[in-house]
Amino acid sequence: MNGGQLRSALAVVGLSIQEGIRKRVFLAVLVLTAGFLALFALGAHFAFRDVDEFAAGVPGVLDAHAFTGATIFGLAMFATLFLGAVLAVFLTLGVVRGDAESGLLQPIVVRPIGRTTMLVARFAGAALLSAAYVVLVYLAACAITEVTGDWSPDHLLGPALGLALAVAIIAALSLLASTILSVTAQGIVVFMVFGAGLTAGLMAQIGTAIDSDSLHQIGRVASWSLPFEGLYAASLHALISNTSGLTGVVLQLGPFGGSEAAGTGLIAWAFLYLLGVLALAAFLFSRRDL
Amino acid sequence: MAGPVLAVRELSKRYGKQEALAGVDLEVEAGQLVGLLGPNGAGKSTLTKIACGLVRPSGGGVEVLGRPAGSPEARAALGYLAELFRFPGWCTADELLRLHQRLVGSVGGEAERRELLDLVELSDAAGKRVEAMSKGMQQRLGVAQALVGSPRLLLLDEPTSALDPVGRRIVRELLEELRRRDVAVLLNSHLLSEVELICDHVAIIAGGRLVMAGTPAELAGPAAVEVETAGGVKTFEGATREDAPRIVAELVAAGERVYRVEVRHSSLEDVYLDAVGGQTG
Repeated sequence: MNGGQLRSALAVVGLSIQEGIRKRVFLAVLVLTAGFLALFALGAHFAFRDVDEFAAGVPGVLDAHAFTGATIFGLAMFATLFLGAVLAVFLTLGVVRGDAESGLLQPIVVRPIGRTTMLVARFAGAALLSAAYVVLVYLAACAITEVTGDWSPDHLLGPALGLALAVAIIAALSLLASTILSVTAQGIVVFMVFGAGLTAGLMAQIGTAIDSDSLHQIGRVASWSLPFEGLYAASLHALISNTSGLTGVVLQLGPFGGSEAAGTGLIAWAFLYLLGVLALAAFLFSRRDL
Repeated sequence: MAGPVLAVRELSKRYGKQEALAGVDLEVEAGQLVGLLGPNGAGKSTLTKIACGLVRPSGGGVEVLGRPAGSPEARAALGYLAELFRFPGWCTADELLRLHQRLVGSVGGEAERRELLDLVELSDAAGKRVEAMSKGMQQRLGVAQALVGSPRLLLLDEPTSALDPVGRRIVRELLEELRRRDVAVLLNSHLLSEVELICDHVAIIAGGRLVMAGTPAELAGPAAVEVETAGGVKTFEGATREDAPRIVAELVAAGERVYRVEVRHSSLEDVYLDAVGGQTG
């Protein structure tokens, strides 16, 4: 990439970010996020208070406080991923076919930027914004559990980066869908893929809980086919990876069941997958008459 | 002598079984304003889009300043306004031009943006959001956007379709100014009167083929000589200016009193209708 293309690419990244921020939908996302965090803070406050009252004076090997913190934070992680996925899809909605049909794309594509550079720049803008969003919401949720219940995850940074990479993959998949599908179809297909990934993760949890190798295997294959789910599961795992004893065992039966450490294999695969999806999107875009 | 700014050679394009262009040749020289006419679906927009690199040709080729259409060098040399275009509604006129300056690598800065908005008479709308502009204002902004970076070739697809008469005059004067600056312009339009008024050269496409080309004067050839005599108006179809003295002499010799002689030319509209054979898209 020469200097001119880099300058053009940065201009398109800036356009994507500005476009995302200055649309009213982004404001709606921010309002909904504030609502979610407020409700989460309220829920966390009462959950910790009630559990502490319930467990007070009851000797046991289960750390009810840690169990509560991990469980509600796991649910917050799911909400964060979901909201991040919504944002990633919204920021990439109609980026190729939709914008080409409305005439928004042509004035930019005729400039000497190159289609691949333009596509990657659009992805970078959407991925940066979505990733920043999930990291901020994640950190806000961390702060809430810390303040309301004096509980924090075993690992702070790893899960945040896992979520950020997961939404970047969703943004790439959405961009790929935008090269061949209309706006409505793109939104439906990407959310179906997102749902399929989470369902596969759920199957893996059930497989772990009932000790079914087949279900567990299906979940693993799906996690690798749609690595955002694998990254999400790994992020969940990192929240409680140092929690041992009965508390750790009981947590594995809940929303954390089936989660595994990311490992370099999954992370490397996630990056390769991302590059592969972008390469396919760029190929399809390069063949398209506008 | 330098070659043409735009050279279209044996250009063909098929969409499935449909033939949009079938071996079209066309050239646009520096400082030349070429009008591309034809019914809807004739292939005008396809030709323009191939020249911009938006559509891949099925055969033949297009060169911009000797470089293949769609190459970075070719795209850096042209400005384009599509027939159906849209700009982000949230950005202002000034922001849009700034974006295109960055995309094209223009170093013109604020002075260029101000000059372009002046040219299309949108100086007062620099801070206005696109979504708050009328369609006509957006079209004039589109013309300004196409001129960012001082392109050597301007491809305009129906640039005046949403403009009122004042807006059309602004664009017409702008095109004349561009001709003075040696910019080559290919203008797709349905407005025959406009093309006749400003274009140096006209090309008519029908059914994906170039059916007629020439200067407006060449195309609008003499149609008849009309003579008003005491016995009424006599029309001599097919006669030219050169035939007029002979016709008058013959009428006078025959005892007619001649009051008026007029050499009638066919209009571009007549020529166009003859060329496209009444086709409409």
